[in-house]
Amino acid sequence: MITAGIDMGSRSVKVVLLEEIKVDGAPQLNYAVKKAHLMMPGDIDADQAAEKAFTEALAAAGVSRDQVKSVFATGAGRKQVEFATEGVTEMTAGARGAVYMYPQARTVVDVGAEEGRGIKTDSDGKAIDFAGNEKCAAGAGSFAEAMSRALQLTLKEFGEASLRSDKSIPMNAQCTVFAESEVVSLIHSATPKEDIAKAVLDAVASRVCAMVRRVGIEGNVVLIGGMVHNPGFVQSLKNAMDVDQVLLPELPEFVSALGCALIAAERQH
Amino acid sequence: MIANYGYKDGSGEYYISIDTDKCIDCTAARACLTACPKNMFEIITDDYDDEVAWVKKESTRTLAYSCAECKPAGGYTSLPCITACTPGAIKHSW
Repeated sequence: MITAGIDMGSRSVKVVLLEEIKVDGAPQLNYAVKKAHLMMPGDIDADQAAEKAFTEALAAAGVSRDQVKSVFATGAGRKQVEFATEGVTEMTAGARGAVYMYPQARTVVDVGAEEGRGIKTDSDGKAIDFAGNEKCAAGAGSFAEAMSRALQLTLKEFGEASLRSDKSIPMNAQCTVFAESEVVSLIHSATPKEDIAKAVLDAVASRVCAMVRRVGIEGNVVLIGGMVHNPGFVQSLKNAMDVDQVLLPELPEFVSALGCALIAAERQH
Repeated sequence: MIANYGYKDGSGEYYISIDTDKCIDCTAARACLTACPKNMFEIITDDYDDEVAWVKKESTRTLAYSCAECKPAGGYTSLPCITACTPGAIKHSW
């Protein structure tokens, strides 16, 4: 049986095709990811973007649409995925995917382009507590992206630059627009780019950490969402949470789509 | 599930929390829906097919402004949502 999970984010569409593997005598069902496909839509029509990403994923996996038993959607644009069988919240999908990958994980930190959130989960991957914040770019990836543009660095350079700094420069602005003017002031005062990059990522980490502390840091912490690709942010978040180790999936942006596909599969039984 | 909706204003960081498990058999006849002067709550079917209270997505963007009006400076001595929610599902961190 094949199921699909679609994470309709604000910047990209993630599709995971999951296949159930029957293992004789196994105590539980096993699954294998058949295809993980990411698409950055060039237009703003979310439904068309989801359709295109899903079609591309099917083609890449050599799977026909009829073979997919169920399609579950999550993410900010999940209601716009008209062909989805059902939608689940980002908290439910993220928790399920994270615990599937790391059964010992009990705290999930999800930071994507638009939003960040902290989730506490039980051993079954069911979200039992979550904290989100007002829709605000200052706690998410788009803020880091805007600030890297202000510093004329690529996102990769931006993250790596912050790791070269050991300075702590507080950023007071709560809003991307005002934060950008703080960054411009720092540039004009000849503050090294790596120190500014660290200040920005520390500010994002601080906002995210406040949400994680609301639900409480318990057990192993797993980070999911596209911001995990930024090593500077990961370090800033570890410092803010005062934890030595966090679990980092290889493809962190697909974890919620994976969770969705798993829930879709489980509801077939 | 305990859902925490956070916001920040000039005086600090705050959260509205809803213990959605207490919403399942609401004994207050969903009074939160009409109690909130800003009409911020809605009843949704959650991911486990339970009908629970939720802060509307569009309202999560304006909590700092909407909730400020129910603080003592706005003339309230108790929060309308907490008073209406007799099962005690709704809490505020301030």
